[in-house]
Amino acid sequence: MSMIHVTTNVNGDDVEFLCDPRETLLDVLRDKLALTGTKEGCGTGDCGACSVTVDDRLVCSCLMLGAEAEGKSVTTVEGIADGENLHPLQEKFIEYAALQCGICTPGILVATKALLEKNPDPTETQVRYWLAGNLCRCTGYDKIIRAVMDTAADMRKAS
Amino acid sequence: MAMDHDKTNGFKVVGTRPNRPDGVDKVTGRAKFGADAYAPGMLHAAIVRSPHAHARILSIDTSKAEALSSVKAVVTRADFAEGLTGENWNILENVMAGDTALYDGHAVAAVAATTPLAARDAAKLIKVEYEPMPHVTDVDKAMAADAPIIRAGAADSSVPSGLHANVVRYHESGHGDVATGFDEADVVIEDSFKTEATHQGYIEPHACLAQLGPDGKGEVWCCTQGHFNVQKVCAALLGTDSSQLRVTASEIGGGFGGKTVVFIEPVALALSRKASRSVKLVMSRSEVFRATGPTASTSMDIKIGMTREGRITAAEGIFRLQGGAFPGAPMEFTAMCAFAPYDLNNVRQIGYDVLSNRPKQAAYRAPGSPMAAFAVESVVDELCKKLGLDPLEVRLMNASKEGTKASYGPRFDRIGLVETLEAARDHPHYSAPLAEGQGRGVSCGFWFNHGGETSVSLALSEDGTAALSVGTPDIGGSRAALGQMVAEELGIPYEKIRTTIADTATLGYNEISHGSRVTYASGLAAIKASRDAVQKLCARAAAKWGIDEEAVVWEDGYAKPSGPNAGSFEPISLAEIASTMGQTGGPIAGHFEATPEGAGVSFATHIVDAEVDDETGQTKVVRYTVVQDAGKAIHPTYVEGQFQGGAAQGIGWALNEEYIYGEDGRLQNSIFLDYRIPVASDLPMIDTVIVEVPNPGHPYGVRGVGETSICPPLAAIANAVSNAAGVRLKHLPMSPPRIREALDQQANG
Amino acid sequence: MQYHTPGSFDDAVELAANAEGITRFLAGGTDVLVQLRADIVTPDILIDVKKIAGVRDITREDGGWRIGVAVSGAEMSEHPLLQKEWPGVVEAMDLIGSTQVQGRATLVGNLCNGSPAADSVPAMIAAGAWVSVIGPDGTRKVPVEDIPTGPGQTSLAKGELINAVHLPERGANGGDAYLRFIPRTEMDIAVVGCAVNLRLDGDKISEARVVLGAVAPTVLLVEDAAAAIIGSTLDEAALEILAAAASAACNPIDDKRGTIKFRTHVAGVLAKRAAKIAYERAGASV
Repeated sequence: MSMIHVTTNVNGDDVEFLCDPRETLLDVLRDKLALTGTKEGCGTGDCGACSVTVDDRLVCSCLMLGAEAEGKSVTTVEGIADGENLHPLQEKFIEYAALQCGICTPGILVATKALLEKNPDPTETQVRYWLAGNLCRCTGYDKIIRAVMDTAADMRKAS
Repeated sequence: MAMDHDKTNGFKVVGTRPNRPDGVDKVTGRAKFGADAYAPGMLHAAIVRSPHAHARILSIDTSKAEALSSVKAVVTRADFAEGLTGENWNILENVMAGDTALYDGHAVAAVAATTPLAARDAAKLIKVEYEPMPHVTDVDKAMAADAPIIRAGAADSSVPSGLHANVVRYHESGHGDVATGFDEADVVIEDSFKTEATHQGYIEPHACLAQLGPDGKGEVWCCTQGHFNVQKVCAALLGTDSSQLRVTASEIGGGFGGKTVVFIEPVALALSRKASRSVKLVMSRSEVFRATGPTASTSMDIKIGMTREGRITAAEGIFRLQGGAFPGAPMEFTAMCAFAPYDLNNVRQIGYDVLSNRPKQAAYRAPGSPMAAFAVESVVDELCKKLGLDPLEVRLMNASKEGTKASYGPRFDRIGLVETLEAARDHPHYSAPLAEGQGRGVSCGFWFNHGGETSVSLALSEDGTAALSVGTPDIGGSRAALGQMVAEELGIPYEKIRTTIADTATLGYNEISHGSRVTYASGLAAIKASRDAVQKLCARAAAKWGIDEEAVVWEDGYAKPSGPNAGSFEPISLAEIASTMGQTGGPIAGHFEATPEGAGVSFATHIVDAEVDDETGQTKVVRYTVVQDAGKAIHPTYVEGQFQGGAAQGIGWALNEEYIYGEDGRLQNSIFLDYRIPVASDLPMIDTVIVEVPNPGHPYGVRGVGETSICPPLAAIANAVSNAAGVRLKHLPMSPPRIREALDQQANG
Repeated sequence: MQYHTPGSFDDAVELAANAEGITRFLAGGTDVLVQLRADIVTPDILIDVKKIAGVRDITREDGGWRIGVAVSGAEMSEHPLLQKEWPGVVEAMDLIGSTQVQGRATLVGNLCNGSPAADSVPAMIAAGAWVSVIGPDGTRKVPVEDIPTGPGQTSLAKGELINAVHLPERGANGGDAYLRFIPRTEMDIAVVGCAVNLRLDGDKISEARVVLGAVAPTVLLVEDAAAAIIGSTLDEAALEILAAAASAACNPIDDKRGTIKFRTHVAGVLAKRAAKIAYERAGASV
């Protein structure tokens, strides 16, 4: 089986890898690039645990081939913090206990960061619908939604 | 250990809301879950599963797979221990089928290869020849005379004669005389209910990395609620020694009972033993649905009698549960929990454990209790409606309290049901006006909670900090709560304590994180271990001062003379004593190894408003309030989180989640697209009220809180939906087609 | 599996025409990758069309719109003029999957997947949309309703692919709407879908198209349902005839998502509700 050579950028780093044409971006991130923060919950685009942004567009990395990443710019949960400084969303998720087991957290953080960049002042309903593709089984979403709304308010004040 | 009244009056750390110790790891992607471990030279495994609900396995041809250079090992049942009995045999039979595939998704072989894709491709080359047999997946049909026998001779001695061979266990309990009780009633309602099987729905599929050498020494890394149990079961299934197998629990991406069970670890170990390389095995989502344990599905008959004033005179329930092709459906819990909220003179409950061609059921958050509450609380609601009585006042009138003889036998110690009912009645939600098309429902729920074998260790460092090692995987923030209890006892800041989930080589046996036991039992153990360490700290101070150990007390992180008679010495801090411990007698550590028996039962009352679109049968939950007795909330935010999470899972179970089997006995909805758990836009905020009626069996009064929260929602939502739609829903989930059907039937008389 | 990224439609056609085995085109991939992962379809040749110039463009064309084969749902929702003129088409596309899926999923992918429950297809048919099909014999125009031929089946021949969707000029006094029924609020496949596109003359409906999804092996253009409201002011009587006509057209199956009875009933309910929205939108544009 011939492997495909791919050159891409992940979290600001230029990277190259060889992948089987059937391997997804998620497979590549985890198994080739050791970026295991991105999780596989379903492999069918239904849970959002594998959310990443590709050229600033929020996608499920399980629904994109590794080969399609050629020439793109990918951001994962590992790229959200600025060095040792956590992103305000990360801080607020800890403070609000917006996670219990934490398996959905990377995907939810990537997704909510994308939301706040697009819409800094979302309503509760908008946050809920934006995150409808990010399943959380522990929290009932309550504390997640509160953390997102409060982060958005803080970020609006700060800007 | 009894409650410590001195301590509970002046908590400094307990009851506060510090950040969880694993928070930063979990928001940055650093936290390592089951599938996040990699070993040098590791192989990847895939499992071959039965496409039949029930079939004899005639042959397994692995030659084509083994011929591939990428394939390093193939295993079948022949690669596991022989001669197992009892539950070990059941587990092995489920982990890898013997001569018969018992359900769609049952494992029949496994392969390890150099890449995940190579393993999946190789699995497709393993040819299994099946002879399909008749199957049954519905509990009532499995008990019927014409049902195929799933496993002859599986019934135990509890089963009365004359029942179908698929009935494998029987339970009967109660007290008083229900016939007399029903005679005393002004109204008696009798009705039948069904609930479909649901899955725990944790987002992290089962995953492990295993290695087992020819010397019988092995290592397992896996996501589990109980790594000591994994060690014990794997050793039995592989025919090796427990202590030679070291099991480490990864971070766990949700369990809810579903990860109390062993599925893939023995398979990975068997492959590793054969290939002499580490093997990683990760389930797909579809495998999780098809082959791991969902709940039991149920069929229930309830009969309750009530006086005009609202006093319940008698109650009777029959509970039939199928738990898949193996004994173990939690029908005794269903029976025992059913009437627990009520103080009854006459009560009787019967349970049946029934085999069917479905995966082996596993615990799911208060296993068996939510279904019972659905059936019982629906009938109680109908009685209230018929008699024109307020549903909360009727529950208060009949509520179990301290001293009540429980429907399942013992007398209740101090409990908080009445307090939750009063808090619900007085909550603004209960008196808020409803909009057009909305209905309100309430329900109580009950769960036992559990203690269990527990071992912890607390080591002090020379810099005055402390490391707590526990053996109960953290499934909801328990490391924070345990650290708080140690901080409370030692009198040092919470931030100075690190709590770790230790591997099986580090501590004595720890029972699984189940039964809402962690904050209770590991918490009690952490307190005891802290006091053990404090005693040693006091001894060091006593030696320094040249006074008796008994003359030293520990207060706020300092050893102090107990009073004027003990002498006058400057208090010494924990840090000071620890800094010289190497010279004053050696390391200081505290321990606890025992089986705490004082777990306190807990009750909850939920209020829910639902809106039903009667044209489409769609239900929207518009307001939800959880009121639950936590005994003592160590970390109130995480207690709220348990309340909210249980309610959300209950909403899913009530409205849309179900295992759907086709005529062919195959599971039809094995992905999240069609197994519909609630998404963010489905739910409202979930309001919580923490009631604190201390558990006399814990030094701080802690009751388990993890499970009770899923007991009332099914019933509360059924009551709300029935009130909104004007028709009683008796079959869960109350999916739109079922609600429409009920409306149609009512309209057609 | 071979993976190709042709730089032109001619190259894509040539690859597909000469391919042996199963060929699939990759645009958003939200169905292709799921089928690959689940071992439902493992193509021998996968042709990624996203490197072809112009495939991500939404452009004006004869007063209507040309939507390139790889335009995602998110890009449609972010296009204010398209949204204003064809809200039903845009909202139908927007209902497919999550925010993440919207970042990739395409109209053409939704169409070629051949599902009778595809959300965007009833809306496109109601709108009178057509697609341009490019193949070894050149390019042809095909109405959207002629593409799906059954569950998972299309009328496209070997070597053919769709390169764009074309929406007609909206014109005056028109409005469209799409509603679907799902048990949750998001993330499900339609149990029933209904699109209505209509035009008003004064307050009377002068033209209408009513299309149902998920109630038959292919999406249904229901002429009786349209006839029920043409000439009316969408009064209660017309709505009842519309609902009855929609229900009567249904030929659904019992499956895990819904029963025959349920689907048949809800088709009527959605037809009424979608018609009211389309009517209001048409009125608002007067």
